[in-house]
Amino acid sequence: MPLPIAEMVFTLTDHRGKTVRPVDWIGRPTLVFFGFTWCPDVCPTTLSDISGWLEDLGPDADRLNTVLISVDPERDSPDVLAEYLSNFDPRIIGLTGPLAEIERAAAGFRARFEKVAQGEHYTMDHTAGVFLFRADGRFGGIIDYHEDRRFALPKIRRVLE
Amino acid sequence: MRTLILATALALSAPAAFACETFTVGDLTVEHAWSRATIGAGRPGVFYVEITNAGDTDDALIGLATPAAGMPMLHETVVMDGVASMPHAMSIPVPAGQTVALAPGGYHGMLMDLSTALKEGDSFPVTLTFEKAGEVTVNVEVLSLRAEGPDCEHAAQ
Ligand SMILES: [Cu+2]
Repeated sequence: MPLPIAEMVFTLTDHRGKTVRPVDWIGRPTLVFFGFTWCPDVCPTTLSDISGWLEDLGPDADRLNTVLISVDPERDSPDVLAEYLSNFDPRIIGLTGPLAEIERAAAGFRARFEKVAQGEHYTMDHTAGVFLFRADGRFGGIIDYHEDRRFALPKIRRVLE
Repeated sequence: MRTLILATALALSAPAAFACETFTVGDLTVEHAWSRATIGAGRPGVFYVEITNAGDTDDALIGLATPAAGMPMLHETVVMDGVASMPHAMSIPVPAGQTVALAPGGYHGMLMDLSTALKEGDSFPVTLTFEKAGEVTVNVEVLSLRAEGPDCEHAAQ
């Protein structure tokens, strides 16, 4: 199970260049997923789903920290994340930083990622679920990648309570 | 909920035109060929399509070719123990009497080494090679990066 946010330790940079630590999220429910902008299939699909959920939640979604943590800091600079995220709901924050900090973040979430060679390129295997946390930072569940999307909104509403 | 999300996504994409064309080769019908816009040409594009085999012989999609990408590949997104990976697929089975979808989160064409960025509203040809039915070229419509598929029910066919 992921650690409570209050026990996580990492320092990353968001897509606007601001330093972000997990302690900054305490006080608001948080939705976190791992991904990378080079990925054409899973990541746009997840971001598209999340954008849809945020729109369905309406103003309630303003109370959420909605965060994409890049597992590919080599290619995902804050600027790259900013351009990529401009295609999705503007409430989604992208984080990147030194590999060691991303590893610390993944460890806190019990998430995994791995670089995989693909011809002369590489891709990243990564935990695909969406992690939910309550406002006090307690873990509040996961929306699995292949889970029926109808269960997603009730799960998010539960951490918003 | 899914319908709602789909409706939202579609509202952001251009009216589906090319994606709703139907192509046939032998017993196979190929339709709903679409892709997502890319940021620049450095990132790979994606290719989704639906193939229906009306015959009584199993077939398989064994390759893709397109002027839009130097190295198009067949991939399958697999989620194991919560971790998503994208292994190369040697071929995609198209069993007799069934419809197979290359769709988000499953089989997909991965368009590596794009010749130019794919822009929403553009279209490009992709030639699919089947083990038995041979080759067919389809027009692929580029939808937004956020799209989850073309809206063909409502498009003028
Ligand atoms: Cu792929």
